[in-house]
Amino acid sequence: MKVIGLRLALPAAVLALVLSAPSRADEMGGPGFSSQELRAKLDYCKTCHGLSGQGYRGYFPMPRLAGQQPKYLENQLRAFYERRRSNPVMANVAHALSPSMVAALAAHFKDLNTNPIGGAPKEPVALGKTIYELGLPEANIPACSACHGPEAKGQGEIPRLAGQLFPYTVKTLGNWSKERGQGPAKDDTSFIMAATTHNLTQAQVAAIAAYVGSLR
Amino acid sequence: MKRIKSKTAIVAIVFSLAGPLSAGESLPIRNCTWCHGSSAQGFSTAPRLAGQREKYIENQLLSFSAHIRDNPLSQQYMWGATANLSPEAMRDFAAYFSSLPPKAANDGDPQLAAQGRAIYELGIAEANVAACLVCHGPNAEGIREIPRLGGLSHAYLKRRLEQWGQGFHAAAEPMPQITRALSPNEIDALASYLSFVAYESLE
Repeated sequence: MKVIGLRLALPAAVLALVLSAPSRADEMGGPGFSSQELRAKLDYCKTCHGLSGQGYRGYFPMPRLAGQQPKYLENQLRAFYERRRSNPVMANVAHALSPSMVAALAAHFKDLNTNPIGGAPKEPVALGKTIYELGLPEANIPACSACHGPEAKGQGEIPRLAGQLFPYTVKTLGNWSKERGQGPAKDDTSFIMAATTHNLTQAQVAAIAAYVGSLR
Repeated sequence: MKRIKSKTAIVAIVFSLAGPLSAGESLPIRNCTWCHGSSAQGFSTAPRLAGQREKYIENQLLSFSAHIRDNPLSQQYMWGATANLSPEAMRDFAAYFSSLPPKAANDGDPQLAAQGRAIYELGIAEANVAACLVCHGPNAEGIREIPRLGGLSHAYLKRRLEQWGQGFHAAAEPMPQITRALSPNEIDALASYLSFVAYESLE
């Protein structure tokens, strides 16, 4: 009985979530898929990205999706699909998603608001806050807040950084030219970040990642 | 250098086990190796412990003693085996067994290995099957509290993957959810592939 209860708890919770937002559910039961297919796909995303979209530290850090900007998620899924952002697993995932499904998934994750999973070092947070808010003028590093917003919530195609996994942000800040912008397309926004961050030291990267990872 | 040191330590431990246990033996590993095999490579239904991740072993021992891992064989053997283990002893066992080099079981169906590898590395996106690699590592080596799967026996891997779908060990999220998306044939293929993943190719 206890086992049955636990097995039912997860689908029940997802169902409750969907039912609690009827207008959203109608919107998402949209073209090309049923609400049941959407639930199955959301469960699939959350297998790796956390049951509340909070992210998960597996062998690789799986980024937080909760509260992420829909436009950014759509752009990244397209970049995986077109192999501009190299990640064989996510390319595979993206190939099985229709544009309307992507829109529904992105809208769902935008509305999640779970606490950061933590695990970042505490000491460099103060330095990270300074760099985030003021930049490093002597190293030609602009303030992150100028684009990502004072609370790191992002906007449009600019991603939310608040609550992001520490190891994920660290990896991303050192990986622009290796992981992103791999295709011939000129409109890959990661080019901006490669130029913006290339003067950062490892310690400064860790400080920024620790700070944004602590934000709710 | 570090490797040589740990190998020396293992050799030292192995030699110290060659003789009868002395009164001063602080870690009664024979209570474990009776079922898990004299070199902890697994035996019959008991899985390999050699080379398993330290934090994983410790967590599982805690799960047995708290009756969270409630698979039939766990209830039958491990609940009793851990009933009187102190947290310190659990840590010591975990440190010891994780330091032993594992050997691959190689007992799966070779015909299914390629299919299993594809599922392990990429998942099946159309069927919402997650890629195992993202958590368990490119060589199924595991990390921290996430177990090494490479080289475990086909029967053990198959049983664990089946039993999540039957409702056992339900607290081990996200594994129950992941395995529910797998067909019996896909479980067989994954267990087959993983049984052939060798330690030598790792790290």
